[in-house]
Amino acid sequence: MAQDHDHPQDHDHPQDHDHPHDHHHHDHPHGSDLSPMDLRVRALESILVEKGYVDPAALDVLIETYETKVGPHNGARVVARAWVDPAFKARLLQDGSAAMRELDVGGRGGEHMVVVENTPDEHNLVVCTLCSCYPWPVLGLPPVWYKSPPYRSRAVIDPRGVLAEFGTALPAQTRIRVWDSTAELRYMVLPMRPPGTDHLDEAALAGLVTRDSMIGTGLPSSPDQGDRA
Amino acid sequence: MSRPPEPPVFAAPWEAQTFALVVSLHDAGLFTWGEWAQALGRHGDRMADYALWLETIEALIAERGLTSPTALEARRAAFARAAAATPHGQPILLENDPEA
Repeated sequence: MAQDHDHPQDHDHPQDHDHPHDHHHHDHPHGSDLSPMDLRVRALESILVEKGYVDPAALDVLIETYETKVGPHNGARVVARAWVDPAFKARLLQDGSAAMRELDVGGRGGEHMVVVENTPDEHNLVVCTLCSCYPWPVLGLPPVWYKSPPYRSRAVIDPRGVLAEFGTALPAQTRIRVWDSTAELRYMVLPMRPPGTDHLDEAALAGLVTRDSMIGTGLPSSPDQGDRA
Repeated sequence: MSRPPEPPVFAAPWEAQTFALVVSLHDAGLFTWGEWAQALGRHGDRMADYALWLETIEALIAERGLTSPTALEARRAAFARAAAATPHGQPILLENDPEA
């Protein structure tokens, strides 16, 4: 007998209907249609569930976690704490994973978080040249451009050119260091605290920390930009 | 001073489902993240997106002997028939396959 758990995507994901790969065939008004990718993933999942390798409920929990709980706001909390607490910052640069656990920001295990600090002399940029290794626990899942071959190759060859395309201009004397992630070693950038933020508390500071500033392709927002947002 | 909303993590449900399957199989001990990165990296010049993840996990589980390309293909056909037999808006269940 086939497993028959109800796929959440049948009802819960309105974007299903907006996705270009979903072709609804209106000449078959009485039936449903699945895109080729939907068919592939359903076939795979149903076989793996039958064989006992995966638990449908666990899949739903994983998806919900990454859709709603894990994201760049976690990394932003870490950065803001480092900006206001020099002792925390020292621990963060010493052992990223351990310091993040203090804020309940944690990995799935296995990978080790390394935090690299931007200074006026040195700017850091993170890439995965092999595939798409990324610090999930602090930044969530990677943006599409992070996984693209042009970014993966050009970040190493021409980091300044890549930064320019992101609209990030650095002083000519600032060195750029590129960090190539692996499955075991994930990097996050600690950006510099923007000027004019002495009056802000930790939560307001976290609001200035963009995802791209923690990858190194961008800089934190300035307080003025934050007010407009 | 509020954060802009974060963009959706997954562009489509099948991406989310693929991601969750890969993480679950890793957690079940089928491969290490190092092995996963190597498998993805075989296609060095391709976008490392969820389509590549799906292709890679299908290949990996076939290599591990969990299932075969033939079994996957048969199951896809069964789901396609089940979908066609399911009124729009209702959950698509394998048992709706008229040939089941």
